[in-house]
Amino acid sequence: MATAVAATPRDAKLYKPEVPPDWCPGCGDYGVLTVLQRACGELGIPNEQLMVISGIGCSSNLPGFFKSYGMHSLHGRSLPVATGAKMANHEMTVIACGGDGDGYGIGQGHFIHAMRRNVNLTYIVMDNEIYGLTTGQTSPTSETGMKTKSTPHGNPEGQLNPIALALAAGCGFVARGFSGDINHLKSLYTQAIQYPGFALIDVFSPCVTFNKQNTFGWFKERVYKLEDKGHDAANWNAAMDRSKEWGAQIPIGLFYKNPNPKPSIDAADPALQGQGLAKAKKLGLAAEQRKKLIEEYV
Amino acid sequence: MENEIMVGIGGAAGDGGASTADNLALTSARQGLHVYVYTSYQSLIRGGHSWIRLRLSTQMVNNVSDQVSAMIALNQDSMDRHLQELAPGGLCIYNGDKVKPGKAPEGVQLCPLPVFELAGKDALPIMQNTVGLGALTGLLGLEFASLSSVFEHTFKKKPQVVKANVDAAKAGYDFAVKTYKKISNPLGRTGAKLAMVHGNNMIALGAANAGCKVYCAYPMSPASGVLHWMGAHGPSLGICVRQVEDEIGVANMTIGAAQMGVRAMCATSGGGFALMTEAIGMASIMEIPVVMINVMRGGPSTGLPTKQEQGDLNQAIGASQGDFQRIIMAPASIADCYTSMEEAFNLAEKFQMPVLYLSDLLMSEGHMTLETSFLDREFKIDRGEMVFEDDGKGQSYYRYKDTPSGVSPRAIPGVPNHLYVSATDEHDEDGVTISDVYTDPVVRKRVVDKRERKMQGVLAALPKPKLEGPADADTTIVTYGSTWGVVSEAVERLNKEGIKCNHLSVKFLVPFQEKEVTEILKGKKNIIVVEMNKSGQFARHLRAETGIAATGHVRKYDGEPFEPKHVVNGIQECLKGQKLVETGSVEPGWRTPHPPGPGVLSTSSTH
Ligand SMILES: Cc1ncc(C[n+]2csc(CCOP(=O)(O)OP(=O)(O)O)c2C)c(N)n1
Ligand code: SF4
Ligand SMILES: [Mg+2]
Repeated sequence: MATAVAATPRDAKLYKPEVPPDWCPGCGDYGVLTVLQRACGELGIPNEQLMVISGIGCSSNLPGFFKSYGMHSLHGRSLPVATGAKMANHEMTVIACGGDGDGYGIGQGHFIHAMRRNVNLTYIVMDNEIYGLTTGQTSPTSETGMKTKSTPHGNPEGQLNPIALALAAGCGFVARGFSGDINHLKSLYTQAIQYPGFALIDVFSPCVTFNKQNTFGWFKERVYKLEDKGHDAANWNAAMDRSKEWGAQIPIGLFYKNPNPKPSIDAADPALQGQGLAKAKKLGLAAEQRKKLIEEYV
Repeated sequence: MENEIMVGIGGAAGDGGASTADNLALTSARQGLHVYVYTSYQSLIRGGHSWIRLRLSTQMVNNVSDQVSAMIALNQDSMDRHLQELAPGGLCIYNGDKVKPGKAPEGVQLCPLPVFELAGKDALPIMQNTVGLGALTGLLGLEFASLSSVFEHTFKKKPQVVKANVDAAKAGYDFAVKTYKKISNPLGRTGAKLAMVHGNNMIALGAANAGCKVYCAYPMSPASGVLHWMGAHGPSLGICVRQVEDEIGVANMTIGAAQMGVRAMCATSGGGFALMTEAIGMASIMEIPVVMINVMRGGPSTGLPTKQEQGDLNQAIGASQGDFQRIIMAPASIADCYTSMEEAFNLAEKFQMPVLYLSDLLMSEGHMTLETSFLDREFKIDRGEMVFEDDGKGQSYYRYKDTPSGVSPRAIPGVPNHLYVSATDEHDEDGVTISDVYTDPVVRKRVVDKRERKMQGVLAALPKPKLEGPADADTTIVTYGSTWGVVSEAVERLNKEGIKCNHLSVKFLVPFQEKEVTEILKGKKNIIVVEMNKSGQFARHLRAETGIAATGHVRKYDGEPFEPKHVVNGIQECLKGQKLVETGSVEPGWRTPHPPGPGVLSTSSTH
């Protein structure tokens, strides 16, 4: 991983492009972006070594407001795109991001498999329990009973628990942050980026325009930090127990970090043992390789 | 033709027919005989009926021909189904201890083998195939040494297995040569050094030879062969191979990889291709080069997973939203499946757009021999305009710079001072989206024009289409893709019979070489389109692109490929004034009506 060497910290401003964010004033995603800029600065990752890849949604606009290489891909597809990018150049630091609809709704199949596959990348989900960009419909993480544009009589469906899902899918780094607690969130980011495998950070990132239920105030009243309660992040069962808490008390922080992580898929792939594949100067088969392959059919 | 012979091997899936056919093909290839193989099979792992036809010839052949003359019936069902199809002078080999002969057609020799006696009572049931193959080798006049060398090669590490097979084959060979009449035109040997390949491993080998570094797929017949090749060879060749959760993931992963600057590819069939289509538009608007293979099979929907059709042209043409730039090409043969990979990757990278590559079951799963010297060649690699290192010009770098050619130099992520974000939203030269806060109709028009301008460059870079056969004929047969082989042969036959005609095989569907094709077809009295689908997708495309309406149509959509006779008859009917000929394979033995008859066990399926 590019960040393995202790690099000199850099100014967070270096990750700010000319184009300012276009989110609604007060949107939770501002915090998510600012903290990411600070975390990358703290880790001293050169801009060109960062690949930030999103799907579609308000939250997925983030790469456009972050100075690095990036892709603003299709709704729900940030993870396969990011996986492909990592395979093609495993020396880059790859960060995938998007919304709850993007990752847990339309992209949910990729979400589970990316964790099972254990690609070494960081996945930040700006979870506002609503579809923001499409002006406020119910999302997989919307609470049951919640009134939205698509469920004016109350959401009849169950609420997805991404933390439990991630744990069950074999994710080695599972955390939850809150856009209203910047310093806490930054430490989760730096740990996640340094973790040698798939790392999920679900971030409560309130939509101030369309979600009148799960507001900054609502979260502030409820969230508590796992580390304050002596939670052991190396204990998977304890993490699973904590993941079920929702209501008056909602945990944030590091739920689980595999103390003995297996090599990630990119680290284990025999084709990815040297420099990034994209850096190869000469393409195609060597004459000897080609001869040997043809000989198989004779 | 004098210098060739058509063989059929019939049995249930699991009877070992496929390996018997492989061994026969390799035996022939080892003595320099060209082989073409097509298997009509059912979507079953065990049971059912599979009918493998092999054409052995002293010259290169590109289709399976019309009629079988020698056959091995591995079970009763095959005897019952196919004996009547054999041509005069032919022969039928079977296990006389197990299979009852039917009434042979005039001039066809029945050749029962006393398998128990020849192989020994305790021999494995599969040994009947080896005895039969030995007998066939003898009666076709092939060299026994070629056959035994195939066993030696296949079972290299198991000398006992080699010996058991060679002994059984020799017993069959000796018995047959002593007891029955050899065919009248033994093929002998040529000096050609041949490899026995199928289209899917040609696509895979071609991709590797073209420098493909990331391959993603989700299993789907008849494309899975590419994945199997990549899975087996990827690790040692430095190709990263991923089996992804679905084809949406496949397409997106391939595109993510390509964006980083590797050559990346994926393959699927029609259903999987349908799932990829949103991502094709992404590759188009982000200007990312990817090669996406659709190995067509019978549609619509799950359709006929193990049968042949050219039914996805419409799908490929309409495979995303808006006006998206892409190249659609179709190789014309198994050999072309290989060399076209060189073109596909070069075009994709030079023009920074997806290349949709239409193979089909006939080519991808059809086997044939190719000269090893044809395969052993370095591909030319032309990556177009790319930036691999900081050239000091980063200050003025725009990823989507509006250039006269429409092609903007592509810096690969990782290069300092060239940062950009590629978006599926419409974006300006700098990659900044113009879909939300910034909107600009003038810029929108300009960037659409820029991308579309690349299509002119593609057109100029394409090789010109070539007319085959007598140029002055006033009848031209027009095809695309895999029908090339069978139509070439049909056209040759028609010319021999005094019906003068020529053949235009179109390789590039988008962009369409309208000028060149129009030039070729201008003034022709008869223009006959031969294609494998019901609605005439290619004829409609030809008309849409050139305004030329074909005068006749020959179509087949029953799942089995054209044979020369279908095409010859179809063209003759068209020349007599019929507008549309819908032809088909009507051999009674090829049909399996429901409910399943004896021996037809359906345990699991392959699709
Ligand atoms: C295939 C497809 N379906 C639907 C949409 C429309 N769409 C865009 S964003 C979005 C939901 C966004 O919700 P979320 O991912 O939670 O992001 P947020 O806006 O809340 O940050 C939808 C449904 C689309 N762009 N593509
Ligand atoms: S709609 Fe909601 S999620 Fe979208 S920018 Fe506004 S506040 Fe943020
Ligand atoms: Mg949301």
